[in-house]
Amino acid sequence: MYETIILILDSTVRLSVPLLFACLAGLYSERSGVVDIGLEGKMLGGAFAAGAAAYVTGSAWAGLGAAVIVSIMLALIHGFASITQRGNQVVTGVAINFLAAGLTILLGQAWFKQGGRTPQLEHSARFGEITLPFADSVKDVPYIGLLYSELISGHNILVYLSFLAVPFTWWVIFRTRFGLRLRAVGESPAAVDTAGISVTWLRYRAVIMCGVFTGFAGTYLAIGQSAGFIKDMSAGKGFIALAALIFAKWQPKNAMFACLLFGFLDAVAIRMQGQEIPGIGEVPVQIFQAMPYILTVILLAGFVGRAIPPKASGIPYVKERT
Amino acid sequence: MARGQLPRWVDYVLLPALNLLAAFFVSGLVVVLIGEDPFEAVKWILYGALGYGEGIGYTLFYATNFIFTGLAVAVAFHAGLFNIGGEGQAYIGGLGIALACLALDHIVPWWVTLPFAILGGALFGAAWAFIPAWLQAKRGSHVVITTIMFNYIAANIMVYLLSNVMIPKGSMQPASRNFDVGGQLPWLRTIFPSFDLGQSPVNLALFIALIACVFVWVLIWRTKLGFEMRSLGANPTAAEYAGISPLRITIITMLISGGLAGLMGMNEVMGAQSKLLLDFTAGYGFVGIAVALMGRNHPVGIILASLLFGLLYQGGAELAFEIPSITRDMIVVIQAFVILFAGALEHLFRPAVVAFFNRFVTAKNGQETA
Repeated sequence: MYETIILILDSTVRLSVPLLFACLAGLYSERSGVVDIGLEGKMLGGAFAAGAAAYVTGSAWAGLGAAVIVSIMLALIHGFASITQRGNQVVTGVAINFLAAGLTILLGQAWFKQGGRTPQLEHSARFGEITLPFADSVKDVPYIGLLYSELISGHNILVYLSFLAVPFTWWVIFRTRFGLRLRAVGESPAAVDTAGISVTWLRYRAVIMCGVFTGFAGTYLAIGQSAGFIKDMSAGKGFIALAALIFAKWQPKNAMFACLLFGFLDAVAIRMQGQEIPGIGEVPVQIFQAMPYILTVILLAGFVGRAIPPKASGIPYVKERT
Repeated sequence: MARGQLPRWVDYVLLPALNLLAAFFVSGLVVVLIGEDPFEAVKWILYGALGYGEGIGYTLFYATNFIFTGLAVAVAFHAGLFNIGGEGQAYIGGLGIALACLALDHIVPWWVTLPFAILGGALFGAAWAFIPAWLQAKRGSHVVITTIMFNYIAANIMVYLLSNVMIPKGSMQPASRNFDVGGQLPWLRTIFPSFDLGQSPVNLALFIALIACVFVWVLIWRTKLGFEMRSLGANPTAAEYAGISPLRITIITMLISGGLAGLMGMNEVMGAQSKLLLDFTAGYGFVGIAVALMGRNHPVGIILASLLFGLLYQGGAELAFEIPSITRDMIVVIQAFVILFAGALEHLFRPAVVAFFNRFVTAKNGQETA
């Protein structure tokens, strides 16, 4: 029983990582007042770049670099349309999602001829598992041994980075001048502008940060969790991350717990497949899969707590009346 | 003419055409990047979509889907609402249509089933839009986010229903049983045998879609309700002062929008497939956003945009067949650029066009006064 719990928690951690990166990515963007429903597309674009670059160069780090660059490029398209051109941010997000979904398969097929996949990667071109010190020696210690060797040790570096990204994001958003201005521009861009700070440049930096983190999320999908890019491999995770961001009320620490919760639901769904619970019978896995969305809607409805987005979110900033 | 204003034909024809050209140009660059000839690609798309009877039939078939989902997005846009949940509403609407067909197909001919199927699709689609609508109107939860969530909830419900409840005994495919003739819309190639439509599944739903266009035009521009919707969309504060209830209009608009999306199943479920399939919506609900943007939320524009997208869908299939290194996903890329240029970047060329017209017009006026 204890081992089962540890195994479920272990897969919870693994499944939470892409959500967490994408959720923090969205946090930067949305805190600055740019609504981002294109997380899914940027993640997918990043995943493809990671898979392709890791295959060509044989280096996982080159994969990560390529993913971050591609995700930033997609983020800059989002930025150009919604900040400079003051277009509808939701429409841009939809366009980014379409663009990534189409281009990744199209280019994948044209370059690698494997039906939109990137070729299977060697072990050396992926992020391998890191065994923390003493993990093997304490393995047989009751309770703590398994907890340490299975749950805490034995993940790839991106997993540890994703959890470090939480305090980092908290520090950036709440303890730096940039973060203060970022939050201000999401609440009242006119005030920021009056203080002589460029609204445009601040928001651009926010969407670039968003690109960086979605690049990490994509890299994890393609060369951390799997051995190459598979078409549509983000499979709605960008939208679950968006749900988690709302669920977390745009707070980094809550984002981590929300992503862990949604990852846990996913892990349970996988575990419960075809299994019967005594007294209840077989529970449809779809209930667990739909749960993140249902929980988010309930929260949005304001029945449990209240999720209030940044005040200026979704509204393009017009500097002067014309 | 005031500064920065453009003649109507520029706003409604020239600018969308420029945006579309830009989208096609960038798509052409993608084809070049793959190492193929973009003009060759255009040739195959046009041939595949319009070159022979079956191609035209398929173009019309896809266009039917897009008319429904495009109208759904457009109606909501008029009231200032962004219904991004067409996908889920169409999916659940398909369930309503399938239930009507499954219940009646053995007993009555198709034209008796038809009104029940339409009612089922519209009601189920509307019901799926109701909760997001109510939450937006009453609790201020943003309809964009809630409708996205409802798309995924719908997908999970349908996977469950199709693979556990509606699946016939002994079948491995997650789908309902096949409808009998009483649950099938006649295909146009049987109604009009003199037209060569090949084996294409274009069916009577095309005319239902065209009737829906007339309905939307009358609703938006010729009724009090439509006026109230447009008022709310143009200026919510003014609308409220004029005694229009935002709560009532928001909910009614979303119900109509969801109902229209729900009718998409008439074409796919009752028309083409004669059964309820997993993922039969295949992204058509999202394409509705592009269609509404391209069509400027006007039924006539939506018909034209739907034909364009239908053409791309069918031509894209031909293209993938003729030039294997360009997969069908090319259409998704073209759609992405259309959404980007026609929607998000719609003002990209406007300043330049305004500057051009101001110079041209002021120069002409100057000559007249002189």
